Amino acid sequence: MAAVKVLEIISPGPLTTIQDRGRLGFGQYGVAPSGAVDSFSLRVGNRLVGNGEDEAGLEMTFAGPAVTALSEIAIAVTGADIQPRINTASVPMWRTLVMQKGERLSFKGIRNGLRAYLAVGGGINAERVLGSRSTNLGARFGGLSGRPLVKGDILSTHAPHLHLKTEGTALPFASIPAHTPEVTLRIIFGPHHRHFNPEMLSTFEQSAYRVTTQLDRTGIRLEGPLIKEKAALEKSIISEGVVSGAIQIPGDGQPIIILGETVTGGYRKIATVISADLHRLGQLRPENKVRFLPVSPDEARSALLAIETIIQGIKAGLNR
Amino acid sequence: MLYKQPEYRVMGDRSLLVELGNEIHVSVHEKVRRLFLAVKQASLNTLLDAVPGYCSLLLVFDPFTTTPDQIRKIVNNLFLELDEFELPEPANIEIPVVYGDEYGPDLGWVASYHKTTPEDVIARHTQTGYRVYMIGFIPGFPYMGELPENLETPRKKTPRTAVPRGSVGLARKQTGIYPAQSPGGWQIIGWSPLKLFDPLKNPPSLLEMGDRVRFFRISEEEMTHWQR
Repeated sequence: MAAVKVLEIISPGPLTTIQDRGRLGFGQYGVAPSGAVDSFSLRVGNRLVGNGEDEAGLEMTFAGPAVTALSEIAIAVTGADIQPRINTASVPMWRTLVMQKGERLSFKGIRNGLRAYLAVGGGINAERVLGSRSTNLGARFGGLSGRPLVKGDILSTHAPHLHLKTEGTALPFASIPAHTPEVTLRIIFGPHHRHFNPEMLSTFEQSAYRVTTQLDRTGIRLEGPLIKEKAALEKSIISEGVVSGAIQIPGDGQPIIILGETVTGGYRKIATVISADLHRLGQLRPENKVRFLPVSPDEARSALLAIETIIQGIKAGLNR
Repeated sequence: MLYKQPEYRVMGDRSLLVELGNEIHVSVHEKVRRLFLAVKQASLNTLLDAVPGYCSLLLVFDPFTTTPDQIRKIVNNLFLELDEFELPEPANIEIPVVYGDEYGPDLGWVASYHKTTPEDVIARHTQTGYRVYMIGFIPGFPYMGELPENLETPRKKTPRTAVPRGSVGLARKQTGIYPAQSPGGWQIIGWSPLKLFDPLKNPPSLLEMGDRVRFFRISEEEMTHWQR
């Protein structure tokens, strides 16, 4: 199938990258997964426009880009409340829209959350590097030459016309995540919770932490009551593998939530955010308040099932 | 210390840390390598990633189909037969290094720290073979050890904001090579023209955990033979 040019970047926005579900299986070589930080929103976007789960979309951080459609395409905007417009008209999020060739998609700005996603019917073409189209900004590969999008970039897809019939498909209103300034993240204690006294664990569990401006695709630094390891222990541990959602306690006692651009680390992890809540990490913004709620493995599993049910419930019919 | 039995630490609902010891030591490293290769050979389809560390193996799985307990059982079974598991020979890799001057800006400091000459530091660095204990920090970065005792050097007090790609450094008992420009606090004694990480290749990393490495000295003129 020939590639069809679908979008031209008129202005790129502060940080717009190509991301898919990530690059797993290369941790032994120090390669982090990357991928959409709010994977729920990317997956919903792909479902809405009739794409497979592996397709890439655009992750738009802090604010949106402006793009022009180069052919007739189905799109869906999901994630942070970014106020999309086609030409001058406001258009809804979490719903499949069709753009005509020459129409311009822009965004008035993010009101809640941090990252919005643009899915395009047919996906966004990029060479798969180590099995994924995700942009690894640190090591500069994947996506479009490993970099954020810039003015003049042209994005292409395959067979966009097959997806036009998905127009009007929408995520039920009740399933749209609210990006509130106070967020409760469900956690499972460990791997190193035994390195902390019970009083420290309850401080961690009962305090609100403020999201600082030190936040990017590698991690989110929080500020709040200090968490200290037991007195006899060294500040750091021997380097070991980590996953996104692990909450590490560095020497200054202020927690850092690890995101998907990190593969090893040398600090203790007091707890780990459950898989069903990882997508919320992608929407935390400075000054948000975070609380941690320990849950059982069974609760973590039910939460994951609930998410899958929402995603599988979106049925978009393709043109045949 | 090498543990008799693995210690399991849950990292959320989708990963399990299998800890096999509590110090940076050859015996622990070899056990980790053994388990890592056994797990890979078992090619479990629910396993999404396996990340070896100095003392542990992190197993990442699909939480939708698998629980940490299931992974724990599988690892326990593999562990019982681990010593019979036939290990592939590690690769032996020789790495050319231009030492000193602008290639190794900390060589002089390292020499004075050990109250010796730069020449002697180079001799100490090249006389020993090293093991790749793990790859991490940034793609393709090998943590190698152990340095001869008379070359153990503390990290820089203030890390550099940009260490050039190819820089060869020392930190405590370890030596390493920066596969890409990165902030870093290791003492930089030289530079290697070899490309350590190439995402367009599979495997993308020149070195793997378990490989044996030796450094040899080349001159600035010889550098060009190695550059690609």
